[in-house]
Amino acid sequence: MNGFSFRRFLAVLRKEWIQVRRDPFTLRMIIALPVMQLFLFGYAINADPKHLPTGLLAVDHSKYERTLVAALKNTGYYDIRPLASEAEAERGLADGELLFVVNIPPNFDRSVDRGEQPSVLMDADATDPSAIGNAAAALAGLVSALDRDVPQAIQSSPAKAPFQFQLHARYNPEQLTVLNIVPGLICIVLTMSTLFVTTLAITRETERGTMENLLAMPVRPIEVMLAKVVPYIAIGYAQVVIIIAIAVVVFGLPVRGSVPLLTFVLGIFIASNLALGITFSTIARNQMQAIQMAQFTLLPSFLLSGFMFPFKGMPIWAQWAGEVIPMTHALRIVRGMLLKGNGFAEIAPDLWPIGAFTLVVAVIATWSYRVTLD
Amino acid sequence: MTAAIDVRDLHKRYGERRVVDGLTLSVAEGEICGFLGANGSGKTTTIRMLCGLVKPDGGGGTCLGMDIIRDAPRIRLQIGYMTQRFSFYEDLTVTENLDFVAAVYEIANRREAVKAIIARMGLADRADQLAGQLSGGWKQRLALAACVLHKPKLLLLDEPTAGVDAKARREFWDLIHDMAADGLTVLVSTHYMDEAERCGRIVYLSDGKLVVQGTPDEVARDSKLVTFRATGTDLDLVARALRTLPGVESAAVFGSALHIAGMDRAALERATGSLGGGLVWHEVPPQLEDVLIHLLSQPGKAAA
Repeated sequence: MNGFSFRRFLAVLRKEWIQVRRDPFTLRMIIALPVMQLFLFGYAINADPKHLPTGLLAVDHSKYERTLVAALKNTGYYDIRPLASEAEAERGLADGELLFVVNIPPNFDRSVDRGEQPSVLMDADATDPSAIGNAAAALAGLVSALDRDVPQAIQSSPAKAPFQFQLHARYNPEQLTVLNIVPGLICIVLTMSTLFVTTLAITRETERGTMENLLAMPVRPIEVMLAKVVPYIAIGYAQVVIIIAIAVVVFGLPVRGSVPLLTFVLGIFIASNLALGITFSTIARNQMQAIQMAQFTLLPSFLLSGFMFPFKGMPIWAQWAGEVIPMTHALRIVRGMLLKGNGFAEIAPDLWPIGAFTLVVAVIATWSYRVTLD
Repeated sequence: MTAAIDVRDLHKRYGERRVVDGLTLSVAEGEICGFLGANGSGKTTTIRMLCGLVKPDGGGGTCLGMDIIRDAPRIRLQIGYMTQRFSFYEDLTVTENLDFVAAVYEIANRREAVKAIIARMGLADRADQLAGQLSGGWKQRLALAACVLHKPKLLLLDEPTAGVDAKARREFWDLIHDMAADGLTVLVSTHYMDEAERCGRIVYLSDGKLVVQGTPDEVARDSKLVTFRATGTDLDLVARALRTLPGVESAAVFGSALHIAGMDRAALERATGSLGGGLVWHEVPPQLEDVLIHLLSQPGKAAA
């Protein structure tokens, strides 16, 4: 009207302040969220992951092998445990139990002593290039690890290293980040679209005043919740198809696993998000609270699931937190199925946590759906 | 006659506030019962308790012969509840809203039922309009249509005509009387005097307690309120002066007539004698409006 009025401004400010005070939940969220996230992510995220699980395949245990293993350990990047067979190594890589497998060739000591420069093969799970990047780079410095042990004659020719590492980037030989990102993106987009919309589903009814009517009508909570969820399952699947199609056509994403199985798994993952969204929706008093809750889960899903940062690089407690998040498991499954061609046996350990999460959350949702206005 | 609503000693408190405080209410079948009282007197909470949306802290009773606490889901099937705030979906058309309600109530021959109610409520011209684009009067009509779609035996209407123009209100009440003629029981809360007068019985609440009940005539007669009426000009000035005098609880101008009311006859007579100078005063039977304003201006003295 006639410019800025300080009194009007104060009046509004007072009103806003009263509202904030009377909504302690949002107030707590506003304060607690940034603090928690600061601590959580400040410590959890590690762009230089160390202590990566590494398997050791060695036919005969020798002096040089021991020195080499000690050197690998000393870099801090590798946690080495011996493996019994190639099969065990394969399985470990496929499951994500192992990020590296060190293959010491037979007669390693003799080959080194003879100056044959034998190759030590490093199999690396390259589905997440950033997880193995620094560890792999550290290998270059290790070729001198045997210097103190090998005979003088060989040492004296500096041009010739006693052995060499050969890095074998598995599953994603070109270490294309996009191949790592796309499976993650599928999970992220699914979460964004399904979690947020369902989070608002019931709070919107409450805010528009339609909830009172809905409650007065003979509909049951489970009916309301399912009805609000089903459309988004369809939308979620449509998104999956679009993302994968683009990834295959444009980026050459391999689809090595079974498509029906992938469809089934994603269905469960979508269900977990919807269940969570509906639960938030029944707990939150208004849309603002609901959105806050959704965001609260979204950031950990981004950062602790292994989507943005290597899961194995996080401290153990952060990994535990990550294990609770459905996205963590969905991510492993989708990466494993698309890039490694994993089947049901490999994904089962990551499938049941999503199912369990969905079940628990769905029970909470049904339980917290208010059938009265009290 | 059987009672459609029969509740005793209902209590509900929110924090420290006793919203409904020992309310006992009985509404006969086929009756149109007007629910009156100031804002915050507990009308809405009572209605919500009757249909099971709010659990009473104490007391209980029956609604259509079913226990209001135990049988709430069954009661809901046989009542129509019209909320104070428009609570249908603004992003759905009239037909879509009604179809949704019909489907929720699992009404047989849904399409025909919806068509029939649209015709009966005169909504045919608006059938395909979004509910959000309807004016207040039409929204109320849609809400009423949705409430009676499943042929309830009891209608609970919470200020159904708030903010609706006079013609729409009149038509709305004609519909209610029309349905009551078919045996429907109606409990309707309102702030409008003309609507109260159209009720078979009125119940007046104050601070969550029942203060007065009876037919509009009974309530007016039993109020012991004394009312004088005079006609003349410049009544506004007289009314202003009268209001300051002891014993005059209200002085209101209706066109060329002035009404004053109070409980103390002697004081009123003194007042008219001293100030009413050129005017000729007649005692008239108190009108419902005078009584209600008298009641509204006496919060706290409610305990009946």
